[in-house]
This record gives sequence, structure tokens and C-alpha cells, in this order.
Amino acid sequence: MLGEQIIKGMAVTAKNFFGSYVSKERLTTVEYPEVRLEPKENTRQFPFLVFDGDDAEKGLRCVACQICEKECPPQCIYIVKSKDKKPDYKGQMQVYPVTFDIDISVCMSCSICVEVCPFESIKMDTEFELSTDDRFDGLLWGKKKLAKPNSHYHKVHAQDAKDSDAVLAAEKAKAEAKAKAAAEAKVKAEAEAKVKAEAEAKAKAAVAAAPAPTPPPATPPAN
Amino acid sequence: MFDQLDQIFVTLKHLLMGYVPERWQPLVSAVISIALIPVIFPGLFSIVTILERKGLGRIQNRPGPNRVGIPFTKIRLAGFGQFIPDGVKMLTKEDIVPRAADKVVHFLAPVVMLIPVLLAYSVLPFGKNMTIADFDAGVLFFFAVGGAVEVSVFMAGWSSRNKYSLLGAMRAIAQMVSYEIPLILSAVTVIMIAGSLNLSEIIAKQNHYTAGIAHWYVFTPWGFVGFILFLIASLAESNRTPFDLPEAESEIIAGYFTEYSGFKFALFFLAEYLGMFAICTLGMTLFLGGWTAPFACLTWIPSWAWFFGKLLAFVFLFIWIRGTLPRLRMDQLMNFAWKFMLPMALINIVAAGVWHFMGADSLRWVYSGGILAVAYALLGRGLMNKQKLGKRTYRYAE
Amino acid sequence: MSLPFLITAIVTLFAAAAAMSLRNLVHCALSFVVVFAGLAAMYLQLGAQFVGFAQILVYVGAVAILIVFAILLTRSGETPNQAVIAPGWFYGIAISAVVFTMLGWSVLNSKTLPKEIAAAPETSVKNIGDVLMNKYVLPLELIGLLLTAAMIGAVIIALKEPSKTDNAGRKS
Repeated sequence: MLGEQIIKGMAVTAKNFFGSYVSKERLTTVEYPEVRLEPKENTRQFPFLVFDGDDAEKGLRCVACQICEKECPPQCIYIVKSKDKKPDYKGQMQVYPVTFDIDISVCMSCSICVEVCPFESIKMDTEFELSTDDRFDGLLWGKKKLAKPNSHYHKVHAQDAKDSDAVLAAEKAKAEAKAKAAAEAKVKAEAEAKVKAEAEAKAKAAVAAAPAPTPPPATPPAN
Repeated sequence: MFDQLDQIFVTLKHLLMGYVPERWQPLVSAVISIALIPVIFPGLFSIVTILERKGLGRIQNRPGPNRVGIPFTKIRLAGFGQFIPDGVKMLTKEDIVPRAADKVVHFLAPVVMLIPVLLAYSVLPFGKNMTIADFDAGVLFFFAVGGAVEVSVFMAGWSSRNKYSLLGAMRAIAQMVSYEIPLILSAVTVIMIAGSLNLSEIIAKQNHYTAGIAHWYVFTPWGFVGFILFLIASLAESNRTPFDLPEAESEIIAGYFTEYSGFKFALFFLAEYLGMFAICTLGMTLFLGGWTAPFACLTWIPSWAWFFGKLLAFVFLFIWIRGTLPRLRMDQLMNFAWKFMLPMALINIVAAGVWHFMGADSLRWVYSGGILAVAYALLGRGLMNKQKLGKRTYRYAE
Repeated sequence: MSLPFLITAIVTLFAAAAAMSLRNLVHCALSFVVVFAGLAAMYLQLGAQFVGFAQILVYVGAVAILIVFAILLTRSGETPNQAVIAPGWFYGIAISAVVFTMLGWSVLNSKTLPKEIAAAPETSVKNIGDVLMNKYVLPLELIGLLLTAAMIGAVIIALKEPSKTDNAGRKS
């Protein structure tokens, strides 16, 4: 029948119109900026550097290995290594970056730097309201601006942060286990050495303390 | 008491006339009546633009403009003050005239569009005894000035020296001319039965009540079909979706008023919406009884309140149709006008004649309705003949 | 000679002169529209409501569009190269003035012109309808037949011809 589908279509739009006043699913618009949607787990915008603890300098996980600098496709990361070392979360002495610059006007948020970092030290942040009126320096972020605590990482990516912590904890446990094994081995070796030394000493002492050994019979029995 | 409320504007005007000396009375009376039209209807136009944006928004699952209430304050009024910044924007934009354009014609086109539309309001009855010029041939006057709009469309399209504007203008004129015929033919049935071209008399013929329901022409079979035809034709005359190919943004970038900016564009926009109101009002007067109430128990509501209420209902219907239907292509449009609406309008005249000449017989409803139903079914089948309407299948994409 | 008539007459005459003498054909067509509107105003001043409105509806709404379409579709909208006014314009005006005077004098002094003018008949729409259907029904039907013939002719001209293949097997 001509016009039947038109009537059906108009019924649908009428349902939409009146439903938009009563039900949430018919008015799906979110009135930004008064209302903001919850960002999803894998939201990403620009990278940031993670540090453990409270001190950005001491707890920085980055060891200036420069892998992210080499892998970044638009080459927006610039790293300068330090000459001295500082202890990292495992207790080993590592180099740290004196300068770590990311030019966010160039960064394309591909997160390749995150994928290749072996130290779980660079992760993607979710902040996008970054307008500034300074076209050059305002968009070149240094280490001070990029370093954010691990608690921030937990806040923006809960699951990823947990996994990251687990990886680091595993590494740390492995290192500790290795150290412990090394220590144990060392102790054992020491103990053995000690025992051996004692035994030797004892033997020596026994040798020294024992009466002069009867000289071997020197007379030839039959001249 | 309600009668006084009904005639409040008429009594106000008579009061004012009492203060004016005898010689000047006709002139002042005319000026007052006329001056109200450019005040009320552009105001209605502003409200309707917001209603349209919000209505379309709600149909499309979004809120529509909801920030601007009273400018320079934080009062939101759910966005109903949006027309003020819109008006300021239109007025303050630079008026660009293309270098190769025909300056005089380019300047006159919006004026020539607006004047006939405003003239058309002079025969429309806004309430009881509230018509500005109660011509004997009122309906004919309305259609005559409606035809003058086409000249202005051509002027606008041609003077821009823009191939696409000209193309849009030609298409717009073809569409307007084709749909003017079903428009006038469906009005002819009402004129036939009412026996007069005078709009107040047509309303008077519809102003009786049987069993509490008014004798509106839309409640008869031929009137119902005529009303639907009039509605569709008036959508086409005012270039509204689904017939807005001449001015669609994604098709031809505003068609014949591409080269207009600033106030001239505002005039075109205004003329288009005012034309829409005028034609809605005519349809309402012819088929829905103008300012009369549908039920006898509701006649205490003032006539002008009914008028504006029905007008707003019509406008809502137009906005609803705009939010629902996709645009018709040019050949589909013309097919529809000439192969469906014109035969339907002619058969409607026959059905109205049958209804009238069978007298006060209740069998006339059956005959009249029967003719129309058969015609509709056959014409509809003919229109849908070569198309397989259903879910679209793609030959190579599966 | 009332003021409205004077104004309408001057506007109409100017527009008619412009329609003849403007260089751009589309401008001429638009001046023609003004002429039609002026004529409609004159009908309305004479009290012939129906004819006046019908004049606007038919002429301004349809015939003007027809003229304009014809100009545009036949590519004569470009401005002509030579002057519009013919070289011997003075003699043309003189001769036409003489002919007009002669004709006017002979018509006004003719014996077949009735001396008293009959009262103007009632020209409401109802009377026009009555007269059309009773006294002038034959001309009405003939005009309808003529229009139908014109429409059929237009449809035939615009009809797409069924494709025929010529001798070499090519489709046209």
C-alpha cells in the first residue's frame, strides 16, 4: 500500500521524539563540558613517565636506554643520558635521563614507545584538554612535566597498572631470588671454604702437634 | 465572557479608531491591521526556527540548541533565545555580491519573493471577524500571489551567474509549477462544495456541529484525500523535505540562493518560512475549519487561539515529516506529481461531486470513499510498479 | 484620471518600453512581468476582481516563466552585439503616430459604436461561473480542447523515442 512505510517511519520518529524526554537511551547526547563520559581502559593521548614513590628524580623508572627514541616513528622523543648512576627499584645502579623531551605537536599517539620499553617506564596518559597559546614551548614537554607518579598510572589505567606492577614485582622477585641464591651460594661456598680451611688447619695442626714421626729405620739391615 | 475574549483584538482596534479623526480613519485602520502582520509572523518565524531545530534534534536523539536563553545572562530558557544571536548573525554578515552578477536583479530577487508572501496574509482569517481584506475571490488571490514567487526564484537563480544556482532555480520552478496543480485542484473541491471563493464564507460553511463534531471538510472522504494532497503539495511549494532538492545543502549547496549572504539570505529564509505558514493557514482554513473548534464543547476557547494552535500543530507535522523522510530525487518528485497526485486530485473532484449530488444520503460516504479507495490502490500500485521495495541487496559485495 | 490609474499607467508604459528596448533579453522578460502586473492592477481598479487575479495567476505565474524558459533554453540570453534601436527610428515613430491618429479618429467617429454605454454587469465570481457554464459553454469546451491538443503535442515532442537500430546494427 503506498504510504504505509511512511506512516511506520513517522511512528518511529515520534517514538524517538517523545522518548527522548523520558528515557536515557533515546537521548544519547552527553552535554560536554558539564557532563563528561568515563574514559575507557585503553584511552590514550600522549605519553608520560612513571616514577615510584614520591620523588620524581629518585623513583624515575626510565634508565635512558633510548629504545623509545629510536623506535618513535615521527621521532618526537629526545633523550640525553646522565654521566652518573643512581639505584633503580631493584637496587642496581642505572643511568638516568638528564633530558627527556617529547614534542606533543609531533607525537601521533601510536604508543610504540610504550610497547618497546623494557622497563615499564613510559605509559600513555589520557588528558586531552591541552590547549595552550604557546605554540613552541608550550608543546614541548620536558621531564618535569612528563613525570607522574605510579598512583596516577593506577588512576588512569587500573588494569594496565596492575599488570605493570606485577611485571616489576616479578622482575624484582627474580632478581632477589637470584641475589639470594647468589648469596646462599656465597655463604655455602664460604662455609665450605671455612670447613675446608678448618680441616686443613686441623690437619696441619695435627701434623704439627703429632710427635715427631719415628724416623724411618735408617740402618740398613745387613751390611 | 469568552466571546469578549474572542473579539478582544477587534474591540481594541475599534477603541483605537475612536481616538483618530474621521478623515484618517480608513488609512489608520488599514495601517494598524497591516502593521501587525510583519510583527507577529516574523516573531512566529523565529520561534519556529528554534522549535524546528529542537524538534529535529529530539527526533535525532540529541537535545538541539539549549544554551542561549537571554543573551548576556546565564538564563538558559532551554535554548529558546537562539533566534536573537541568529538574527544578529544574519544582519551583521558581509553582503557579498558576485562580480559578474546582475546587480539590480540580484538585489530585487529577495524583495520580490517577500512581497507576494506578505500580500498573501491579507486574505487569511486569523479569527472571527479578523481578516484584513475579505475579498470575494480570496482563494484565487492567494494562489495568484503564490505564483508570483516563482518569478523571484528565477530572478535569484539567474542573476547569480552561477551554473548551479541556475540549475537549482530551474529545478525549483519546475517543482513549484508541477505541484501547484494538485494544490489548486484539491482546493477546487472545497470551493465546489462550499460554493464560494471567499474564505470567511468557507469557514462559515464548516462552522456547524453534528453530534458535537464540527462539519470540517477533512472529516469527509473527499476532504480527507484533498487534505492529504494539499499537505503534500504545500510541502513541495515551500521547498521542504522531502521536496527540498532545490535547496539541499548536500546536493546543490543551497541552489538558487547560493550567492546570497547576510540580510538577503535572511530575507529568503524569512520568505520561505512565511510562505510555509501562509499555505498551512490556507490548508487549515479550507479543510480544517480555520478558527473553529473541532468539538462543540470547546468553542469557548477564543478563535485566534484555535488558529495559532492549529498552525503550530501543522508546523509540528511539517517538522516531523522533515525529520522522518529522505529527500526525493528530481525525477521521483516529478513522477509523483504528474502520475499520482494529478490523477488523484481529478478523481477527488469526481468523488466530491458524487458526494454533493447524492444529497443527504448516508450512502454517499460509501460511494465517495469507495471511488477514492479504488483510485488510490490502483494509482499506488502503478507508482510502485517498477521498483522492488525492500531490503537492499548488493550484487558484488556479498 | 485618478491618481492610482495614472501611476499604474505610467509604470506599465515604462515597463513596456523597457521590454522593447533593453539589451539583455532576460531583463526584457522581467520588464514584461511588470507590464503584466500593471495590467492586473488596472483590472482591479476597474472592479474586475476575478480577471485581475486570474491575470496574475496565469500571466505572472505561468506565462512569464514560459517566456523565461524559452529565452534560456534557446541560448538567446546573451547580449546582442549591435544596438537594439534601429537606425531609422525617427521615421518609424512618425509613421506609427500618423497611423494611430487615423485609426483612432475613424474608430471614435464610427457609426457602429454604440453611443450609450450599457450598465456594467454584475461581475462576481458566481456570475462569471454561471455565464461560463450556460451562455459560453461552447467556447469554454473549445478552449479546453485546444489546451489538451497543445499538451499532447508537448508530451509527444518531449517523449523519448524508442531506440531503433539502423542498417549497420548500431542503436540510435
